[in-house]
Amino acid sequence: MSTETSTVAHKEEAVYVYEAPVRLWHWINALCILALCITGYLIGSPPPAVGGEASFSFLFGWIRYIHFSAAYILIIGFLLRIYWAFVGNSHAKEIFLPPVWKAVFWEEMLHEVKWYLMLTSEPKKYAGHNPLATLVMHIMFVWGLVFMIVTGLALYGEGTGMGSWQYDWFSSWVIPLFGQSQDVHTWHHLFMWVIICFAIVHIYAAVREDIMSRQSIISSMFSGWRTFRDDRPADDIHS
Amino acid sequence: MTETFYEVMRRQGITRRSFLKYCSLTAAALGLGPSFAPQIAHAMETKPRIPVLWLHGLECTCCSESFIRSAHPLAKDVILSMISLDYDDTIMAAAGTQAEAIIQETIDKYDGNYILACEGNPPLNQEGMSCIIAGKPYLEQLKHAAEHCKAIISWGSCASWGCVQAARPNPTQATPIHKVPGLAPKPIIKVPGCPPIAEVMTAVITYILTFERFPELDRQGRPKMFYSQRIHDKCYRRPHFDAGQFVESFDDEGARKGYCLYKVGCKGPTTYNACSTVRWNGGLSFPIQSGHPCFGCSEDGFWDKGSFYDRLTDVHGFGVEADADEIGATAAMIVGGAAAVHAGVSVVKRIADKNMTNKDGGES
Ligand code: HEM
Repeated sequence: MSTETSTVAHKEEAVYVYEAPVRLWHWINALCILALCITGYLIGSPPPAVGGEASFSFLFGWIRYIHFSAAYILIIGFLLRIYWAFVGNSHAKEIFLPPVWKAVFWEEMLHEVKWYLMLTSEPKKYAGHNPLATLVMHIMFVWGLVFMIVTGLALYGEGTGMGSWQYDWFSSWVIPLFGQSQDVHTWHHLFMWVIICFAIVHIYAAVREDIMSRQSIISSMFSGWRTFRDDRPADDIHS
Repeated sequence: MTETFYEVMRRQGITRRSFLKYCSLTAAALGLGPSFAPQIAHAMETKPRIPVLWLHGLECTCCSESFIRSAHPLAKDVILSMISLDYDDTIMAAAGTQAEAIIQETIDKYDGNYILACEGNPPLNQEGMSCIIAGKPYLEQLKHAAEHCKAIISWGSCASWGCVQAARPNPTQATPIHKVPGLAPKPIIKVPGCPPIAEVMTAVITYILTFERFPELDRQGRPKMFYSQRIHDKCYRRPHFDAGQFVESFDDEGARKGYCLYKVGCKGPTTYNACSTVRWNGGLSFPIQSGHPCFGCSEDGFWDKGSFYDRLTDVHGFGVEADADEIGATAAMIVGGAAAVHAGVSVVKRIADKNMTNKDGGES
């Protein structure tokens, strides 16, 4: 009798949401962030000293090398992702441009907050991201990554030195903006934890929604298709 | 007309041979290449000495102490006679009213042509009463001298950034030269450090009088030739950094082997200065070489960046003080914990809802 259990037959209407470049970016980006967090932490707190001749070992050099390589992959991926926001489907724009100027966005956001506070028994249904997810991803992942890229390139430019594009485009104004180099290190380090906190929330929310919401979540990021558990109309807001 | 540098040097018994040696060494120190040595020599032979007013505000005189120890072969004789150091209350012979009269004399005689060298900075609070020179606030003396000078050299971290007297909470509101309100808009070159390296100070002066302009400056107004690289970039312990060989505590095996001081808080990676190349006391040593981490004395606000032995700045707030990792790990734990609790509640709620619907279903 209940409409909730998925065993009840309904018209399975799947929507193609995440195009291949978006999915590829998602997973490469995730791996880069993982690598950057691990190596970044180790740059801040290096492992115990290795013995022997200095010229026989390049441990810390490798840790930094992996950090910088992952950083460049992340940067290039991020730039291509922005390009895709222009040429991709409407869902590709979502996290870059949350429709914060629309009242209905905030109303539905409130509904989503209630759903997380368990004050409402049923979430709304979305082919794309729900408003709460859109906003959090916009702030934390888009701007969080921009912050890490800008401060990261500023630190990188200190090594490549004056005259390099990293120095001229980033270090030359970012370092005085924060005060001095040490402050840039401190903020770059602190924001790693901000990103970690939101990665935790992101993964938890994805798993929970996958189980409890009215649409597929995790499998969609592999296949690109969003499937639904009921055939009532979706509540997406289009910007 | 004032004497030329060369005339002064010869008068002081310096041979032409030594003079030319000095010119080529200075060209090398400035990174100019050998072809510039004749240019420096020519300038010295033909140009009158630049008059310099060297004023002292809130400071500890370590800049002067460093300057007079310039170990560059002829610095002791040459540099001090190179510039016509008309006023420097610490090392001049005159005192009292006589000394103070020289300031006005220089200003009148060389209006618009002298260099104002500032060691220390003025306090702004209580109308500058925290630094009185000859019965008047230093602030007034500084403003007056700046009005008529050609250019300003900010010696040391005090004049460049503020240094210890400007450290939080900065009760006297000690203010670096370039931020003094109402100061005449003259070109300013910053030579930070606590103190700056003697050879850097003398080289900057030599450059100014040879070429009659400032050397190329970076965005923050420091001469690029000495402040464009970090201590870390030219540190002789750098191979240990790349290898992952660190001193863990000051008396361990790594310390004895001269490993990298990164983990005991070395600020070499965040400090722009020439210590690892020019070194101190005639190239004898520098802090890292003596086994102590760099604590970044030439960086803006280095007194306010937490412990000398931490690479990162502690974050203050809510009455606690913690480093980035403590804050971050705590936050991640709270967020993780909250997610776990939320997951638990979600499961319970779901089971409860299910039971409810089943019950409803049974009844209907
Ligand atoms: C999610 C992204 C990133 C995370 C979580 C991250 C994390 C970190 C952490 C924790 C540190 C250590 C800071 C310290 O204690 O001094 C660090 C250093 C650094 N990061 Fe990143 N980072 C990220 C992205 C980037 C990017 C995009 C770049 C750009 C090239 C970059 C370049 C650097 C550089 C140059 C350093 C300093 C290395 C050194 O001092 O030897 N990072 N990073």
